[in-house]
Amino acid sequence: MSAPILELRNLSAGWGSAPAIREVSLTVERGEIVTIIGANGAGKSTTLMAISSILRPMSGQVLYEGADTASVAAEKLPAMGLCQVPEGRRIFPRLTVAENLDMGAYFRKDGDAVRHDMEHVFELFPRLRERRDQKGGTLSGGEQQMLAIGRALMGRPKLLLLDEPSLGLAPLIVEHIFAIIRRINEESDMTVLLVEQNANLALGLAHRGYVMETGRISMTDTAENLLQNPDIRRAYLGE
Amino acid sequence: MDFFLQQLINALTLGGFYALIALGYTMVYGIIQLINFAHGEFFAAGGYMGVILLAWMNSQGYMQTHPWICLTIAFVLAMAYCAILAMGVEKIAYKPLRKASKLSVLLSALGMSIFLQNGLMLTQGVYDKTYPGVFAKGAVQMGGFNITYLQIIALGITGLLLVGLNRLVYKSRLGKAMRATAQDRVMATLVGVSSDRIISLTFAIGAALAAASGILVGLYYGSVRYDMGFVPGIKAFAAAVLGGIGSITGAMLGGLIIGMTEIFSAAYISGEYKDVFAFIILIAVLYFMPTGLLGENINDTRV
Amino acid sequence: MTPASKAMLTKIVVGAVWLFAVVWPMTGITPQGFEFGKAISIVGFAMAAVLAGLGLWKLRQKLDAAGFKPFTALANRCCGMPPWLWRGLLLAALLAFPFVSSRYGQDVAINVLVYVTLGLGLNIVVGLAGLLDLGYIAFYGVGAYTYALLSIHYQLSFWLALPLCAVMAAAAGVVIGYPTLRMRGDYLAIVTLGFGEILRIILNNWMQLTGGPNGLLGIKPAAVYLPDPENGWEFVRVLLKSPEAQYFLVLAIALFTVVSVRRLADSRIGRAWEAIREDETAAAIMGVNTFALKLLAYSLGAVFGGLAGAFFSAKMRFVSPGSFTFIESAMVLAMVVLGGMGSVPGIVLGALALIALPEVFRDFENYRMLVFGAAMALMMLFRPAGLIPAKRVGRRSEEAHS
Repeated sequence: MSAPILELRNLSAGWGSAPAIREVSLTVERGEIVTIIGANGAGKSTTLMAISSILRPMSGQVLYEGADTASVAAEKLPAMGLCQVPEGRRIFPRLTVAENLDMGAYFRKDGDAVRHDMEHVFELFPRLRERRDQKGGTLSGGEQQMLAIGRALMGRPKLLLLDEPSLGLAPLIVEHIFAIIRRINEESDMTVLLVEQNANLALGLAHRGYVMETGRISMTDTAENLLQNPDIRRAYLGE
Repeated sequence: MDFFLQQLINALTLGGFYALIALGYTMVYGIIQLINFAHGEFFAAGGYMGVILLAWMNSQGYMQTHPWICLTIAFVLAMAYCAILAMGVEKIAYKPLRKASKLSVLLSALGMSIFLQNGLMLTQGVYDKTYPGVFAKGAVQMGGFNITYLQIIALGITGLLLVGLNRLVYKSRLGKAMRATAQDRVMATLVGVSSDRIISLTFAIGAALAAASGILVGLYYGSVRYDMGFVPGIKAFAAAVLGGIGSITGAMLGGLIIGMTEIFSAAYISGEYKDVFAFIILIAVLYFMPTGLLGENINDTRV
Repeated sequence: MTPASKAMLTKIVVGAVWLFAVVWPMTGITPQGFEFGKAISIVGFAMAAVLAGLGLWKLRQKLDAAGFKPFTALANRCCGMPPWLWRGLLLAALLAFPFVSSRYGQDVAINVLVYVTLGLGLNIVVGLAGLLDLGYIAFYGVGAYTYALLSIHYQLSFWLALPLCAVMAAAAGVVIGYPTLRMRGDYLAIVTLGFGEILRIILNNWMQLTGGPNGLLGIKPAAVYLPDPENGWEFVRVLLKSPEAQYFLVLAIALFTVVSVRRLADSRIGRAWEAIREDETAAAIMGVNTFALKLLAYSLGAVFGGLAGAFFSAKMRFVSPGSFTFIESAMVLAMVVLGGMGSVPGIVLGALALIALPEVFRDFENYRMLVFGAAMALMMLFRPAGLIPAKRVGRRSEEAHS
C-alpha cells in the first residue's frame, strides 16, 4: 500500500503571530473525496492555504505523496499535481475566460493536450464556452465558480483542494457543480479535499469527513456516520 | 498650420520618450504597488551606457563604417545593462520588504534613487557628457515643416518598442503570467507562477525600456547628465498616473499627453511654465477622474 | 560547511559578480580602451564592507544570545525615572548646549531643530492622518518667502510676521489639500509632489516677486528687547544674529511644535486622524468628518512648515528656490518614517540621524549623498517600522495590503 496522497501531522499555522489552526492531523487517500466541515472562522481555509504552502507551518508537517513540502516552493506544487480552488474563487478579473483557463495550465508544456483539456472543460461547463472571450471579472458568481474549477482542472491535478464552492450560489448551480465534482472524481480518479460550511451537501458527496472547530479537528468518521450523528445534525444541519 | 504640425512632431517625439519611461512605472506599480523612485535613474544610466558604448565604438572607428550596427548594439547592451541593474536593485532593496509597510518600501526606493544618482555622478562626473554626433543633423523637408533624421529614428524605435511590449504583455505566456500576478499574486502562485521571478522580470523590462528612452534622449538633445533622471522621471510618473496607473495603454497615452502639453504650452503660452501646465493637467484629470484616464476599478480592495 | 553558510557564500559570490557587471561598464569602458582597476577596487571595497557588516551581525546575534542587551537595560532604567525628572534633565541639557558646544556644533544643532519642526509638521499629515505628502517642503518655502517679502518690503518684525507666515502656509495647505481630498494613496503622492514642483518653478520664474533663481537678499533677522546690565538695565533691541541666539529661537519653535503635536495627537482630532489613517471608510461611517479633518491635517501640518520656513529665512537672511527642492521633502519624509511614524521621540531621533550623521562624512563631501541614500535603504531593510515605532498603529499601517 502506497503512502496516502496527503497527510497532515500536527500542523499549526496562521496569518499573524498566533496560529489559526492548531495541531491538525488528517489523511486523504488516493481516489477519495474527503470533506472538512465547520463553521465560519474554524480554520478550514487556513488549512488549505497551508497545504498549498502559501502559509508555512509554524510547527508540524504537510506530507504530499509521502514527501514533506516544507522545502518545496509554493509555485512548484501545481506541477506536482496539487491544485486549489481558493475561497472567493479568485478569478483573474482582467483576463478573459480562455486566458484564465490557460493560466491553469501555466506550468504545462504540452500545448496540444492543453487545448484538448480546454475543450473538455468547455464540455463540462458549456456556459464558459459562450463567455470564452469575456473578462473574468464580468462573469456571474456561478460562472466564476465554474471557471475557477475549470482553471484548476487545466492543471490535471491528482489532488484538488476545493474551498467553499457553494458559497453565495443558487441551489441549482450548486447541484450542478457538485455533480461535476463527483463526475471528475469517478471518471479521472482525481482525489478531492472539499471544504464546506454546507455540511449536508458536502457529506452527501464525500466518502469521509472531518469536523473542524476553532482551529482543531474535533471529530472524524465516514460521511454516512457523520450524517447520522446527532451532534452533527444539531450543530451543522439545523436540527 | 505648419508651425502647428512642426510642434506636433516635436510633441510626439517627446511624448514617446515619456511613454517609454512611464511604462516601467506603471508595470512595477501594477505588480507590487510601489512607486519605484529609482526608475528615473535607470533612464539616466541607460543614457550614460549609450554614450559610453557609442564613444568607444566611435574611437575604434566602427561608427564610421557601420553606424546602424553600432547603434543597435548600443541599444541592446544598454537595455541589457539596465535590466541587470534593475533586477539587482529589486533583489537588494525591495524584495526583502515585500511584507513591510508601503512607506518603508517607498523610502527604500527613494534611498536607492539618491544612491544611484550619486553613484553615476561619482563615476561619470558632474558635467554633461556629449554624444558623438555621427547621426547627421539632416532633416526631411515636408512643406513648411521638417522632420529631422533623429526624430525619425526616435519615433521609429519608440514605435517598435511600444508594439513589441504590447505583444509581449498581451500575446505571450510571460505576459499572461505578468498580468495574472498583477491581478492576484496569491492566485498566480496557486497556478504555479513564481511571483518573485515575474516581479524581477517586470523590473528588468521596465528598466530596459527606460534605458532605450535614455539613449534616445541623449541622441536627441546631444548630451546626458547624472541628474537627468529626476525631472523626466517625475513627469513620466505623472504620465503613468494620468493614464491610469497599472494600465499599459494608459501609460502610453499619458506619456503622449504630457509630451503634448509640454511642447504646446511652451510654443503657445510660456516656456518657463511648461512643467506647471503638465502638472495642472495631471491634477485636473485626477480631480475629475480619480483613477486616471484608463484606470480600471474592477475590485477596489487594493487602493 | 552547513547549507546555510553555503547559501550565504553563493549569495556573496553572485552579488560580487553582479556588482562587477554593473560597475565595470560605467568605469572601465573609455574611448582609450578598457580599464579594470577601478571596478575591481570598488567591488573589493563593497565586498569588504558586506563581510564586515555580516561579522557585526553575527557578533550581535551572539551577544543577544548571551543576554547582553545594554540598550534595553538603559531604556528600562530611563523609563523607570519619573517623567518630570528626565524631561527636566533633557531641557537643561538643551539649554546648556550652546554654551558647551563649538560654533560648528551649534550650526548642526540649529539644523537638526529646524528639521525636527518640519518632521513633526509632516508627521501630522503622514503619521497621524496617513496622507502621503511628497511636496511638504512647499510649506517651508511659503513660510520662508512670506517672511522674506514682508521683511524686505514692509520691514515687518519677525514676531509679527511669524503668525502671518503660519497663516499663509495654512492657506497653501488648504489650496493643495482641497483637490487631493478625493484621491487615495499613491495618487496623492504624485499630486503633492507636483504641487511642490509647481511652487519651485514659480519661485524660479516670477522674477519681479521672488528674484528668480538669484533669490531675495536683505532679510532682517529676528530681534528681541532685553535689559542691558551695562546701561542701567534699560531695555535695548538685540538682533538675534549670533548662533546662540538663533539656537534658542529655533529651540523655542521646536519645543512649541513638540508640545502642540503631542497635544494634537492625544486630542479628539488626533484620534479621528488615526481613524482615517487606519480605515477611512469606517471612520466616515462612525461619523468622522473626513473631509474637514483631512483638510485640517494639511493646514495644521503646513503651519509648522511655515514657522520653520520663517525662522530659516530670518536666520539665513537670504532665500532662493534651491533650498526647497524635492530632495528636501524626501529628507523630511525619511525622518518621519525612519523615526517611526507618529512617534515624537522617533522623529527627533530620525532628524538627528539624518542631519547629524552625514556631518560625520563631511570630509568625504562627494560621498555624503551616496552614503545618505544607501543608509536610507539599509535602515528600511533592518528597521522597517522605524527606530522608535509609535505605540498606536494598527494593522493597515503596519502590513502591506495583500
